[in-house]
Amino acid sequence: MTSASRRIAGDRLLQTMSILVLTLSLVALTALLYDVWSDGWRRLDWQFLTSMPSGRAHLAGIYPALLGSLYVLLVTAGLALPLGIGAAVYLEEYGGGGRLARLIEINIANLAGVPSIIYGLLGLGIFVRVFGWGPSVLSGGATLGLLALPVVILSTREALRTVPMSAREGSYALGATKWQTIWHQVLPGALPGILTGLILAMSRAIGETAPLITIGALAYIDFTPSGVMSPFTVLPIQIYNWISKPQAAFAENAAAGIIVLLVLLLSMNAVAIVLRDRFQKARA
Amino acid sequence: MTTVLRPLSTLTTGAPHPATPVKIDVQGMNFYYGAKQALSDITISLNANVVTAFIGPSGCGKSTFLRTLNRMNDIIPGTRLEGRITIDGEDIYAPSTDVVGLRRRVGMVFQKSNPFPKSIFENIAYGLRINGLATSRSDMEGRIEESLKAAAIWDEVKDRLTESAQALSGGQQQRLCIARALAIQPEILLMDEPASALDPIATQRIEELIYELKSTYTIVIVTHNMQQAARVSDRTAFFWLGRLVESGPTATIFTNPAEKLTEDYVTGRFG
Repeated sequence: MTSASRRIAGDRLLQTMSILVLTLSLVALTALLYDVWSDGWRRLDWQFLTSMPSGRAHLAGIYPALLGSLYVLLVTAGLALPLGIGAAVYLEEYGGGGRLARLIEINIANLAGVPSIIYGLLGLGIFVRVFGWGPSVLSGGATLGLLALPVVILSTREALRTVPMSAREGSYALGATKWQTIWHQVLPGALPGILTGLILAMSRAIGETAPLITIGALAYIDFTPSGVMSPFTVLPIQIYNWISKPQAAFAENAAAGIIVLLVLLLSMNAVAIVLRDRFQKARA
Repeated sequence: MTTVLRPLSTLTTGAPHPATPVKIDVQGMNFYYGAKQALSDITISLNANVVTAFIGPSGCGKSTFLRTLNRMNDIIPGTRLEGRITIDGEDIYAPSTDVVGLRRRVGMVFQKSNPFPKSIFENIAYGLRINGLATSRSDMEGRIEESLKAAAIWDEVKDRLTESAQALSGGQQQRLCIARALAIQPEILLMDEPASALDPIATQRIEELIYELKSTYTIVIVTHNMQQAARVSDRTAFFWLGRLVESGPTATIFTNPAEKLTEDYVTGRFG
């Protein structure tokens, strides 16, 4: 075999292997989705979405968990968005380059990789016990907010960096202060990127179970959260609760719950993609 | 090459300074990017209502010098300036200087037009708003119209003020940026190769505009295009390797320069 034909053969081999690996993961994903769908689609209806959980599987619904997830997510976003943007603006626009800023940066990158259960323990220690918030929506949202914070900070910094120097210079040259430049030019330019990062962080938060179990979110509640201090449950915990029951009918409920969670997740990601797309078009 | 280092006063052999007061005075100025010295011992005075062109090969420091005049280099980390620059006798690098106020007085137009990703109207309104210059909506509209007229772009955009500024052509964008700078009524206008990215017709419009604006503003223009310097400027300063080689009336610099280096450059022997 000549060297050229050997190289072409190697090329083919690698191409075939990549296609194989891709197919494998797609097949696994499709099988998983199909399995969940075939188990759960019969339970998916308006009644399922708007009913309380129940000891009888065919009457049980996901309403409190769905609302609980949305409540917790609102608190999470309300915490992670201003803190995350604030921290990123400081690191990127003000504090950059200093030794302290570098130390903070390294720690934030590390925090993004900390297992979520650790955040749960932190939330339990601080929000539930020290602050006395109990196992409430506020505690849950704050815990997930901490979890989302590093991701929001990192993606916001990335977005701030994409705002061209010329936009900042144009603003400064008109006698704008640093803050005016950041507020009127830099942040609006970075906004789609910031929102994309926020939504991706939120989609990670919405699927989290461990930290919320740690802080004491309930597995079974038959009321909707009445406010931020109310006890709550979330979709993944409800799904976990159903799956751990022996009756087959509850497994169906769990599958239906997974579909609801997946739809929520995919719609959030879709919004992120649309935003990123608009962002790129605006920059082009 | 030692002659290059002599102070400006001994070099300027052409016609005397125009009969306008000195607007910008630079004395023994050195400028550094970190450890790298970009400008050495610059001494020059620029007169009011005169167009001064900075010429020289790429990397000679002419843009850096321009950006010291409104302290735009401040936003680049690690830059440092020695010496003294005064505008109307006021040291602009004194610790008490209000940099934001300085940039209001010293407008700037960049090499690459950089309209904000907003409407034409909002591009001009921004500077008026952040400086609190417009007293009412009608005052705002009046000032915007006035500055667009001053930048000779009003007729082209008056019916589309709410459209995105980024839909304009390159030449229109640059004139919009000039209008934006004029709206806040600066005293000095710095132009960093304002026509280098434009076609000849758009360039001509910018040059005509510069000629009209000099009755109101003190203009400093950086250009690598020597014909352009000859066409638009009253006085020319030639920079080379971070030094001011020679400055004087444009006609003198181009026809009878004192330095061999200047002559070689303006006659196209290098650069």
